[in-house]
Amino acid sequence: MAKAIGAIVVDVERCKGCQVCRVNCPTMTIGMAEEVNGKGYHYAYMENPENCTGCTNCAVVCPDGVITVYRVKQ
Amino acid sequence: MDIKQIIKEENQVYRRTPLMTEATLSYCPGCGHGTIHRLIMEVVEEMGIQSDTIGIAPVGCAVIAYDFMDIDMSQAAHGRAPALATGIKRLWPEKYVFTYQGDGDLAAIGTAETIHACNRGENIAIFFVNNGIYGMTGGQMAPTTLEGMKSSTSPYGRNSETMGPPYKITEMVAQLPGTYYVARHAVHKPGPVRKAKKAIRQAFENQKLNKGVSLVEFVSNCNSGWKMTPNDSNIWMEENMFKFYPMGDIKVEGKLVNGD
Amino acid sequence: MKEIALMKGNEAVAEAAIRAGVDGYFGYPITPQSEVMEYLMLQRPEERTGMVVLQAESEVASINMVYGAAGTGKKVMTSSSSPGISLMQEGISYIAGAELPCLIVNVVRGGPGLGTIQPSQADYFQSVKGGGHGDYRLIVLAPASVQEMADFVDLGFELAFKYRNPAMILSDGLIGQMMEKVELPPQKERVKEFDQSWVITGKTQDRERNIITSLNLDPDLQYEHNLKLQEKYKSMEQDVMFEKIDCDDADYLLVAYGSSARICQKTVDMARSKGKKIGLLRPKTLDPFPSAELAKMSRRVKAMMAVELSAGQMVEDVRLAVNGKVPVYHYGMVGGKIHSPDDVLSEVEDKFIGGY
Repeated sequence: MAKAIGAIVVDVERCKGCQVCRVNCPTMTIGMAEEVNGKGYHYAYMENPENCTGCTNCAVVCPDGVITVYRVKQ
Repeated sequence: MDIKQIIKEENQVYRRTPLMTEATLSYCPGCGHGTIHRLIMEVVEEMGIQSDTIGIAPVGCAVIAYDFMDIDMSQAAHGRAPALATGIKRLWPEKYVFTYQGDGDLAAIGTAETIHACNRGENIAIFFVNNGIYGMTGGQMAPTTLEGMKSSTSPYGRNSETMGPPYKITEMVAQLPGTYYVARHAVHKPGPVRKAKKAIRQAFENQKLNKGVSLVEFVSNCNSGWKMTPNDSNIWMEENMFKFYPMGDIKVEGKLVNGD
Repeated sequence: MKEIALMKGNEAVAEAAIRAGVDGYFGYPITPQSEVMEYLMLQRPEERTGMVVLQAESEVASINMVYGAAGTGKKVMTSSSSPGISLMQEGISYIAGAELPCLIVNVVRGGPGLGTIQPSQADYFQSVKGGGHGDYRLIVLAPASVQEMADFVDLGFELAFKYRNPAMILSDGLIGQMMEKVELPPQKERVKEFDQSWVITGKTQDRERNIITSLNLDPDLQYEHNLKLQEKYKSMEQDVMFEKIDCDDADYLLVAYGSSARICQKTVDMARSKGKKIGLLRPKTLDPFPSAELAKMSRRVKAMMAVELSAGQMVEDVRLAVNGKVPVYHYGMVGGKIHSPDDVLSEVEDKFIGGY
């Protein structure tokens, strides 16, 4: 069966660190960065990139629309 | 597989719609407004109706929605968006016209405009964001604030005996023959977001039918006003708001879903 | 061939609106102006020109329907009477702030409060000083006949679009209700081209999105916006309009507009037949006000008298215009009562001739 491998790109400077993406990620891919962005927010990033399936759940719930999602089938 | 090989344009499955402008949203972290804005713009993009869409943003947190949506928009006085939409739609019946209103706007100061636009069956879409509070002015009690819920003007909790109980204007206007489609949704999780987007699409599609108002309520969070973290506010919303404001279709194709 | 009709002032406004190619009328009933919407509904303007006429749930709603529709660049209007116009002030302020053209007809009745349904000119301050909040001005036209009720509809729109500013016809229950012969204007086409630099008709690929708003959270931008508005209001002075009756050799000058000017015209005739050199200056635009002309006249006459159906409102602008050069008196009736030409004449004889 084809397996989906995904990746996300977070627009770091627009991320407000609300964590809504993190709790809605079914594969625990997303974590919040130790460092902060220009506005002082701990932005989202792929803590466990190998888990990402590119399901887009994080992106569709992101209030600020900062997540772009990519997916390939293997 | 290397991440660089995945992050390529041909593999892109989701990106922010270009109909959202480059401006950073003015909303608090985790606020549902941003998601609802984006869903509306995604629908406008997918339907290819940017050049025929006119939005109205009245007073409230979404007062500068026009900074974020790349469409022609008019700002309205507090509560008057349905009147503006009526004026526009009557003169431009072929255009898609929507209002984007909060609970204080739609269910308090704009009650008359809401009810009469619905009763006349204006062929418009009304997007109603209900977070049970006046967000922009700093968290005062709204007509939709739950019984016992604290706000800056009900600091000991809403007392229905002296302050009146919360009311469901969405169910009220569903009773009017002028409403064609009435539904309630949320945008706090991926599943609800996808359903909410379908409802927005329906509200736009309905304007082609000329059969009356499509009103979609979004029960949303106000983590700043509720004084919670974004995720806590979404959990609180599910546990408390959804009980009083249940999700789902209320009226479809002019017929009430439950009852007569 | 001329089209002549016998009409009420309110009906003349309505017929002229259809003929001016107005796209939309939004209103709410109130005496003494309800005939405007009644006449429109009876005429089936949707068949005659495609004009939309809608009875709103309140004056608040009707002015906001006007606000919305005006943003699309179409010709839209409303009409009401004093208490209803008070309700509209919020919307009028927004329309002025957002710089939209529209026409508002006020068929004034006596106040304050619910007052009376009889004619009055007590809404002068509200109309020319900016009745709502913020530093803004309207274009205010003062018809003195049923003919002018008709003529000022097209004129009002012309000025409203020229300056992108709300225009008001400040009439009263007397002009609105009385019947007179009126020469009807020719039928104009409804506008089909819209100025894409500002209208909200849907963003096309060839232009940026347009936004109608009066909001500027940045104080620097709001400051600039206000300066621009003030410059615009100043430039409106070029369109000041007035009528001078028997002014050339006048020693004394009456200043009156609208229905009061008609009464004063008779007073002038009566005074002249007694050999008294009285003239009348009738502002047709109250904003812009004929201040320059009054200043000029103040060098030639001995005194002026503002005659109004109010406790003295326009008189303040007359005094500002002449800046102390000559005495400026006021004579007026309040509460819906109307002065007669004789009332004005005896006041003239007492103040003007007797006083000198």
